[in-house]
Amino acid sequence: MTLRLPGKRGLVAAGAVAVLTLTACSGGGRDQSDADSSGGGGNAPGSSGYTIAFVTHETPGDTFWDKVRAGAEQAAKDTGVTLKYSNDPDAAKQAQLIQSAVDAKVNGIATTLVTPDALAGAVKSATGAGIPVVGLNAGLDQYHKLGALMYFGSDESLAGTSIGKRIAGEGAKHPLCVIHQTGSVALEARCAGVKSAVPGTENLQVNGADDSAVTTTLQAKLAQDKSIDYIVTLGAPIALDAINAKQQASSSAKLVTFDLNQEMAKRIKDGQVEFAIDQQPYAQGYMAVTSLYLYLKNGNDLGGGGPVLTGPSFVDKNNIDKILPFTEKNTR
Amino acid sequence: VRRSLRLLARPEMGALAAAVVIFVFFLLVAPSFRSAASFFTVLYQSSTIGIVAVGVGLLMIGGEFDLSAGVITISAGLVNSMFCWYLGVNMWVGALLSLAFCLFIGFLNGWLVMRTGIPSFLITLGTFFVLQGANLGVTKLVTGSVSSRDVSAIDGFGSLQKVFASNFTVGSATVWVTVLWWFLFVALAAWTLQRTRIGNWIYAVGGSAPSARAVGVPVVRTKIGLFMTVSFLGWFVGMHLLYRFNTLQAGNGVGNEFLYIIAAVVGGTLLTGGYGNAIGVAIGAFIFGMTSLGIVYAGWDPNWFRAFLGVMLLLAVLVNTYVKRLSTSPAAFPPEAPSSVLASSSPPGSLSSASASPEKEGGRD
Repeated sequence: MTLRLPGKRGLVAAGAVAVLTLTACSGGGRDQSDADSSGGGGNAPGSSGYTIAFVTHETPGDTFWDKVRAGAEQAAKDTGVTLKYSNDPDAAKQAQLIQSAVDAKVNGIATTLVTPDALAGAVKSATGAGIPVVGLNAGLDQYHKLGALMYFGSDESLAGTSIGKRIAGEGAKHPLCVIHQTGSVALEARCAGVKSAVPGTENLQVNGADDSAVTTTLQAKLAQDKSIDYIVTLGAPIALDAINAKQQASSSAKLVTFDLNQEMAKRIKDGQVEFAIDQQPYAQGYMAVTSLYLYLKNGNDLGGGGPVLTGPSFVDKNNIDKILPFTEKNTR
Repeated sequence: VRRSLRLLARPEMGALAAAVVIFVFFLLVAPSFRSAASFFTVLYQSSTIGIVAVGVGLLMIGGEFDLSAGVITISAGLVNSMFCWYLGVNMWVGALLSLAFCLFIGFLNGWLVMRTGIPSFLITLGTFFVLQGANLGVTKLVTGSVSSRDVSAIDGFGSLQKVFASNFTVGSATVWVTVLWWFLFVALAAWTLQRTRIGNWIYAVGGSAPSARAVGVPVVRTKIGLFMTVSFLGWFVGMHLLYRFNTLQAGNGVGNEFLYIIAAVVGGTLLTGGYGNAIGVAIGAFIFGMTSLGIVYAGWDPNWFRAFLGVMLLLAVLVNTYVKRLSTSPAAFPPEAPSSVLASSSPPGSLSSASASPEKEGGRD
């Protein structure tokens, strides 16, 4: 009995076939059939002659800021404004970014006001130089005092309260509010808002930079306290980890979340997430730039002297079909 | 008596004592900690830190640091995910490409450190920032967002998931395959360190690179190999993250490099190199996993989480050094390392002396 081994040529052929099979197009990847859907008219950037500086406290790598920026860029394109985007999570450095926009004599400044005290000086020097300032995303209570003309954003504690009221209406007794960033005022405010509507709310700190740590921590918490009936996550990626943790801990707690992304929209559609609350970041970026354009061009002042609220807007089974396509384009 | 003291002189003994103390402590204070399911959740958490920590431990014994070890896990997953998503090719192709990419980064780290003589702390800090920036920039370019896309429907996902991110149940407990992989890597590393010539080389280059070179140890090859081991294990964890969580956030992974170093140090590895072992590092990772979840199992105020963690880790290190001093003070025993003659011929190698190597050695280039 002799076993015939394939010759060298046979081996090469077999290898080539293997490579071909592996590299052959397989489904599930990028949809390569659709042509470039962007563009379609609009003004060239800079055609209106205005330059607007857009300063945020974005920490790089957050899907949320992606959308704020996409909105701002679309607005700049639509109105023919030249947009200068810059960001720094550090308050002092953000103030410097605003100051350098003033020094560059831009026509308008849109900025987040997450640390009002640290930014007050820079905003003052902008208004002193006659540059209109519009606040967005954070700084609802302080924007007026600082001298900003308008404000586009959501109220964190109001958003928390509306989630709290809604789940309380559905019978929540002991929700778990998951904070994924240590010491964030905005995240604490969201959980405080939930707690104001459901007194039994408990907070949990997790390391948002590590999905497996988020999952195991949640899993441990669900095992430790079986009375948890709702999980409130404060960002879409954390909610996806919570789905994993729930399965592992075989918990029947219901899941609701702040913010939206494409994956999340699918999970809402298939019922794994009850609802998401959206502060519409795209609209924040878009409106901040557009409002400055209107102010410069036409002297308009939006909001009637008060803030313009972009949220909270609920996304659930009832409206997900309409919203899902927008999340795929990364605009909601 | 001599025998027991000699046993205590092993690097992992202090960590083992600390682990037992912490384990008993949580058994007492946290009722939900007392179940097989919880124990295996802790083991899973430990394995996600422990797999890379084994490599980082070996590297630290070899006298070097790698700060890019945390962020490379995400780079590995992103390379695989985005390559396959964009071109629509089988996930295995992307996984192998990602492996080649990570090994290259590891080689580059090692080569730059050995070639320039700049401390590895600085070189890998550089790679850390480059990878962090590239993760974000490239992901944004390819997917239009800062997270990778859903790749679960692409061919090969299922089979790779079995390798890197499957689990099975034993009774009420879920055992993740990473735990088994972790044990395997620890056993391999322990065997290499204690029983092979490469192990001797690792202790020797960490103890003192010049004297190691003088007796004919291939210093450059050994150190580059260690950097590549770390990036290989980083790739492995990256694969686990991708095949368990499907979509990856491009900004994640930052900060984990310190957890690996902490696990190695708690496990008895010297920051200056030349001393430590793989079992110790594994126990270090286990202490971390146990502490971070034990606090939750105990149901303590989550705002104190980090503080509790810090106290636990400090205690672990204190117990560790106390046991080590106890064992070495009455009569100085030579360390377990077979290279003790080499290591003691000059003071413990500092980072600068270990990496400042202007002369090239044979067998490479």
